[in-house]
Parts: sequence; structure tokens; C-alpha cells
Amino acid sequence: MTSNDKPRTLFEKVWDTHVVLQDKGAPAVLYIDTHLVHEVTSPQAFATLRERGLPVHRPDRTFATMDHAIPTRNVDITLWPSDAANQVRTLRENCKDFGVTLFDINGPVQGIVHVVGPEMGITQPGTTIVCGDSHTSTHGAFGALAFGIGTSEVGHVLATQCLLQDRPKTFAITVDGELGTGVTAKDVILAIIAKNGAAGGRGHVFEYRGNAIERMSMANRMTICNMSIEGGARAGMIAPDDTTFDYLRGRPYAPQGEAWDRAVARWRTLKTDEGATFDRELFLDANALHPMVTYGTNPGQGVPVTGCVPTVDELEEPAERRSLLSALDYMGLREGQPMAGQPVDIVFIGSCTNSRIEDLREAAAIVSGKRVADDVWAIVVPGSKEVKAQAEAEGLDRIFAEAGFEWRGAGCSMCLAMNDDKAGAGKYVASTSNRNFQGRQGPGARSLLMSPIMAAAAAVNGRVVDVREML
Amino acid sequence: MQSFTQLTATAVPLRAENVDTDQIIPARYLTAVTKEGMGEGCFAAWRYLHDGSLDEDHVLNRPHHQGAEILLAGRNFGSGSSREHAVWALTDYGFRVVISPGFADIFHNNSLKNGLLPVTLPHHIVEMMHDLVEEQPDTTITVDLEAQVVSLPDGQEFSFHIDSYRKACLLDGLDDLGYLLSRSADIAAYEAATQAA
Ligand code: SF4
Repeated sequence: MTSNDKPRTLFEKVWDTHVVLQDKGAPAVLYIDTHLVHEVTSPQAFATLRERGLPVHRPDRTFATMDHAIPTRNVDITLWPSDAANQVRTLRENCKDFGVTLFDINGPVQGIVHVVGPEMGITQPGTTIVCGDSHTSTHGAFGALAFGIGTSEVGHVLATQCLLQDRPKTFAITVDGELGTGVTAKDVILAIIAKNGAAGGRGHVFEYRGNAIERMSMANRMTICNMSIEGGARAGMIAPDDTTFDYLRGRPYAPQGEAWDRAVARWRTLKTDEGATFDRELFLDANALHPMVTYGTNPGQGVPVTGCVPTVDELEEPAERRSLLSALDYMGLREGQPMAGQPVDIVFIGSCTNSRIEDLREAAAIVSGKRVADDVWAIVVPGSKEVKAQAEAEGLDRIFAEAGFEWRGAGCSMCLAMNDDKAGAGKYVASTSNRNFQGRQGPGARSLLMSPIMAAAAAVNGRVVDVREML
Repeated sequence: MQSFTQLTATAVPLRAENVDTDQIIPARYLTAVTKEGMGEGCFAAWRYLHDGSLDEDHVLNRPHHQGAEILLAGRNFGSGSSREHAVWALTDYGFRVVISPGFADIFHNNSLKNGLLPVTLPHHIVEMMHDLVEEQPDTTITVDLEAQVVSLPDGQEFSFHIDSYRKACLLDGLDDLGYLLSRSADIAAYEAATQAA
């Protein structure tokens, strides 16, 4: 066999076709097909271009939207906090001056960058995609190599369409079997991270495979790839298949006509070859999974809802014991405490992990005809204007509103608490987002990560419950 | 970029695992459109109490750790968000080196692009350094990038790895953009070849 027909993984196929050059002793120069930009991590990068008098190298491959800092109550920009308004104005000015397409909050298309990219058909198999945001891993659901970068690197891509990158290692995560009723993609990824640890994927790119993944919708695959970063990996990928092509067909930026047929033929070759090897592997039995909830302050600190908060005695290493104790101290939870029954104060359904139409439909089905528990503040934040419009066409907004949820405009919202959607100190938040870090959802706020249906169940019960009891 | 050659300085022992970039700089400090002044938000949720006053008890606020230029960290330091603001906050606060048993990938990349040296040493050695600095806060640690060695006052030395390209960039204070721009002919050739296909 020649080196050309050596079996290769999906990652290797995409990586190999994007290496422009590799000098000895230096990282590879990697070509980036698609660059997504948002208001918070780009201003300093555009400033670098201005300082050096450089243009954007491929404005036709650069797309911007606004999501992180913007308010999600539909109000006039003149009433926004001055910092957020300033970031949005700066982005508008930069996009105009450098010729970059902007999906503006004033236009018909806008939302969380990782929701908008796929729904516009910008996200395509076999491409390299970056954004100054760690959850760029979401786009790997389409068989793209997609990862988050810092602001210096945003500047590099703007100026040259390239990045200096070390070649990551490969890590196969195989999920076989049938997910039980009430067990979702969110539970799969929380279980993977609980098993492999928040740093377990460092230096690697995950490839999710197995029949449980193959049966998943694109929305579910995006939920899984989204949280690759929480598992320590830069990126997560899933081989494109008919589910992928059916999703992309006809979307605004997807190839059309003959170009579409040629693209699909090319995309079908992106599967990991028989006999290709990975640097590491992990197996998960889908049949054995339960709905998951996190109890701690990193996403690896999660347990089945039927389980309990671990005890220090279960851990061997002093550093791990310290981590658990400091997490429980922050969270106000006890060792050995059952997860079910834990009261919640706030419910947040949204974020690039779980704010797509499928997520909202499932959550709405749980709350339909019920009421949010007394003293619980519950909000639903659609991932994009398109999701919002679709949900409204289906009447989901009314179901949520009648149950007592607030129905908001598209954005990141309480996922990172940069705007006024914040949880107060000490409050428990049942959240469909991806990070339970200290203060992530507001200073002193305590996040319990879970699936949209689990969050919906928590909203109507005022505490963590096993959603399967309601199905 | 500020160059880095050698540093002898005191250290702060921040004994926590999985310190994420939301801790290093909370989101509410990300609203600026420039890099300046980020040090104010550095570890803000830990350095300040809810009423905005300084938490005198926090290790970062103890008098004998003021002016420390080395941060001793736990495993998986810098996990989470890709925000480079975390690195700008650390350097603006005064840190030049972070020593940890392991860094999250994006944070590691971002540090190297801003002259903040991330040094990876085995877990038991970093734990030993935490013990030492907790007992004797005025301990000075020397980090020599040219020799790739961290040394303690008692003469113990530990070597660390860094690839030759990044080492050269740090020693000379060069950033990647210059290198990438110098390869623009290769980039144009790649574009011509792939677009023809
Ligand atoms: S929804 Fe949350 S995780 Fe996703 S891009 Fe926005 S802030 Fe980041």
C-alpha cells in the first residue's frame, strides 16, 4: 500500500487537504475556509488590521453576527447598556469598512453564531471553520474541522485566511445502542465528559461514531459536538451522511444545482476509512444512560439524575478531593445528596448547545398545559431569529408564555451573563447551556446543566426531577 | 509582542484545578473594544467580595504575594472560553509565567501569542512548588527560556518542553502574523490550486 491509500480518519482527510505548508520545527500553516465573527472577540483583531494597514484577505469567506453582548429583550439600541451598544457599533463599522457580510440584529437573519452558520448553509462538510469562540466545535457535526481561536488568531485569519496550528491527535468516541425514552443527546455528551473528564480530550479531536450517533438528527449532533470543548478537545467531528445532506439542501449558502451534486459526491468520501486507527478510543453504551445533571463547577462533574453527589471518600487523590470540596462549597450542595429533589430558582432554556427548534419543541411538550412553579423565573431564548419565527409559527411561544416562561429574542443571554439576563448570587439555575463554571451565569450563580426536557421538568416542579416520570 | 528570556520572581500559589477563563476574567469585563486595563478584572470574582470590597483572605490579595510575576496553577488551567482577554488580564495584572501540570489548548495558544510563558511540569513537582511557596512566600523561582529550565533557590532544576518555533518567537518578541504574511505566495498558490479543483 502506498502512503496515499493508507486508511485515514475523517479528521486526517480534512486536515491533509488544508495544510498550505509546514516548515520544519514550526506548526503547520492551515488554510481556513470559513471564518465566523462576533462582536466580543473581534474588535481588537480588526484594530490590528487597521494598525498595519491590511485588508481582510477573504471577505467573501468571513461572516459576522452579534450574539454575546446584545440584550434579548427587543429594545432600541439607544436604550442598550453603552458597552454592548459600542461593541455592536464597532462590529458594524468593521464589517462595512472591510466588506464582511454581517447578519445584523436589525435584519432578518441573526442569532448565536453557531446556530446561524448551520442554518444559513455556511457550515459545510470537509471545510475548516474557525471563530473567536470555543463552541465553534459545534460545526463539526457536519464533518467540518471547526475550532475556537483567540483574538490574535482572529487577526491572523482576517489578514491571511491561515492559522499556525499543531496537528492534534485523534480520539474516537463510539456510542452504540438505543437511547431510552427521555435520554437525549445532551445526556450523551454530559455522560462522555463525566467519564473522560473535563481535560480528557486535551490535544485531541474527537470523532463521534457508532449507531446511536448515526441515528441522531443534525440538531442532536450539534449538541454533542458543541460540548467537545467541555471535554477538553478543541474540536469534535461526525462523518457527514444523508442526514447531513438533507439538512443542508436548499439552504442559502449551500451549493445549488450541479454544484450541489458534485459537493455531495465529494462529501460522501469523508468517512473514516476501514482500518484507520485513532490515538485514543472510548466506548459508551447508549442503553445504559440516564438523564444527566451536573452538581459541580466544571462540566465533568455530572451524575445521572437517579444518582447522588459523590463523596470525598470515593476519590483518591488530594487534588481531586480539594476540587470536589470547593465545588460543593460554591454550589451549596452536600456530599452524597440525591440530585433529584434539589430546588431550583431559575430555568434557562437556550444557548448554542440547546436552542434549536427541536430543543424548543421537546421542552414545550413537557410544559404544555402546566405552570412554572411559584417563585421560579423561567426564560426561553431561541438560538436565532429563524428558530424564533419557526417556533412562533408552531405556537410554541404561546405554550411557553401560558406556562409562565418569558419568551425572548435570539442571543447568548444567560449562558454567559454579559447582558442583563443574569442569575443572582446563590441562585440555582437549571440550565440547558454548556458551562457550570463559578459565576458563569451571574456572580455567585449556581448552574445545574441538563437537557431541555429536564430543564422544562425542573421549571414546572421547582426542583430537579427525573423527566421520565412525566413522560 | 513582549519578548521573554529569563525571569527570577516570587510566585502566587493558586491551588485549584480546572481554573477556567471565566474565573480568570468574568464575562462582564469583556465589553471593551481594546486590550488595555484588563488586569482590573483579573480573578475579579475571587479577589473581591460581593459588595465590591477586597477579600483580604484570598491568596492573591495577601501582602507577601503582591508583585509576584509567576502564577502557580493546578491542572487544566485556562479551560473553557477562548477569550484572549484572560491572557491580557493576567499580563496586565503583572504575571509573566504560569506554571501548571497542564493547560487547556486554546489558553496555551493565546498565552504564547502575548509573551506569557506557559510552563508545563509534572503534577508532583508543581504540587511541591505550591507547598514550598505556601510555607515560604518569599521564595524566588527562576525561569530560563533559553535553557528551558525552572530552578529553585536550593538548586533543584526542572526542564520543560517548548517547540523551537515558539521558543524563537518568544525570545525575539515576534508574532505569528509576520510569519504568515511572509508566506503569502504559498497561500496564494494553495488558493489557486484548490479553487481550480
Ligand atoms: S450561547 Fe454561550 S457558549 Fe454559545 S456562543 Fe453564546 S456564550 Fe458561547
